[in-house]
Amino acid sequence: MQRQTPLNAVHRAAGARMVDFGGWDMPVNYGSQIEEHHAVRNDAGMFDVSHMRVVDLEGSGGRDFLRYALANNVDKLKTPGKALYSCLLREDGGVIDDLIAYFLREDFFRLVVNAGTADKDIAWFRQLLAARAAAQGTQPVLVARADLAMIAVQGPHARTKLWQALPGSEACSAALPPFTGVAMGDAFIARTGYTGEDGFEIMLPAPRATGLWSALQSAGVRPCGLGARDTLRLEAGMNLYGQDMDETVNPLESGLAWTVDLASPRAFVGKAALAGKPPARQLTGLVLVDKGGVLRAHQTVRTAQGMGEITSGTFSPTLNQSIALARLPAAVVPGDAVQVAIRDRELAARVVKPPFARNGKALAG
Amino acid sequence: MNVPGNLRYTASHEWVRSEADGTVTIGVTDHAQAALGDLVYVELPAVGRVVAAEEACAVVESVKAASDIYAPVAGEVVAVNEALAGTPEIVNEDAYAAWLFKLKPADPTAAGKLLDAAAYQATIGEA
Repeated sequence: MQRQTPLNAVHRAAGARMVDFGGWDMPVNYGSQIEEHHAVRNDAGMFDVSHMRVVDLEGSGGRDFLRYALANNVDKLKTPGKALYSCLLREDGGVIDDLIAYFLREDFFRLVVNAGTADKDIAWFRQLLAARAAAQGTQPVLVARADLAMIAVQGPHARTKLWQALPGSEACSAALPPFTGVAMGDAFIARTGYTGEDGFEIMLPAPRATGLWSALQSAGVRPCGLGARDTLRLEAGMNLYGQDMDETVNPLESGLAWTVDLASPRAFVGKAALAGKPPARQLTGLVLVDKGGVLRAHQTVRTAQGMGEITSGTFSPTLNQSIALARLPAAVVPGDAVQVAIRDRELAARVVKPPFARNGKALAG
Repeated sequence: MNVPGNLRYTASHEWVRSEADGTVTIGVTDHAQAALGDLVYVELPAVGRVVAAEEACAVVESVKAASDIYAPVAGEVVAVNEALAGTPEIVNEDAYAAWLFKLKPADPTAAGKLLDAAAYQATIGEA
């Protein structure tokens, strides 16, 4: 049985093409994925991301626990509301999930995890908490928030349109710095996203989701499906869990070394597997130079330093050419010419450093 | 979905129009273009290529995925729609105007044995 978000009937009434995504019945587009993509780069679009799971850590000891459980260091979070992107690692360094952690109060941290991995993550957290409780005493309480819906409003005009649609939101979010969130009654507004554009992610009680969605639509925000979400995040050089990384790879070979804090003396799960071991592979960007197809996941890449593989590929509406993330030998550098096997041919591609586009502008091409 | 009554169809979502000169014109159905999403690349067979029925001989790629296009009948490729190279999106705009290629069938009666509009509608669950 597929799971449905509180906005499922709204998507169907709008004529969305629905697909299965991690066990959820989700809209892939409402007509043209490319037009939805451009709406986010140039104006404002919204995504139902209620399938993502909010997990709250309540009570004392949350910071200590996350300092141990996450590869990035929650001690970077000094101001209430500040968010941190991090991987959740196995002892062997494999990536269990990527997530955002918000520091709200010393006795309240909020995590947002991926839909397809939520149950696995929660089980992993409970296991770590139980082990620490036995060794060290009281641990924070983990609360999985299935009662919340989440809507991402993204694009250069997302801010003003949200303020129009949601009374009171301007007062509490106008001064909100990027990668920070703030409570607004029983809702939570964060200046975060997965598109490379400015905007907000709003978490709110599920019964209020349809009201906010229709108010946003009245304010001129275009409904966008998971298709546009994927091309936007790929242009922005952001990884998709399960595609660009999973439990068989570590963050250092996934373009995420910047999120792993190996400098501080703290112990964290996965540290021993990563410290002092430079990766043999890297995750980097490709742009297709030749005509003759579209870069796709699992295509083989031939480089002067050895073989690699594309992990995510698509046609970039902003660059008007095909782009990809690929796991390649570590010695490959931006500018290198490589060959990608597409059907019965090898097509020329060039290595570039992601992101490909951000804030409405093409960067690499 | 639009399924014109004057065309023949395949279960793999090609449409086929028999022309007065004995050739057949082939494209993808409206149902197929909607399922694929925005097309960004089309690869067509070489003119002169001889294809068997149900042989993969063209590729359409959308933002989402690549899909093979199959020859509905055996024959020789006599023309391809050059406009698709620069503007593959015309397939999304009008799937029945934006043809892909034309075949000279080996068996002139073969196209008449393909699915009619009602039978195709049944295969896509819209009968």
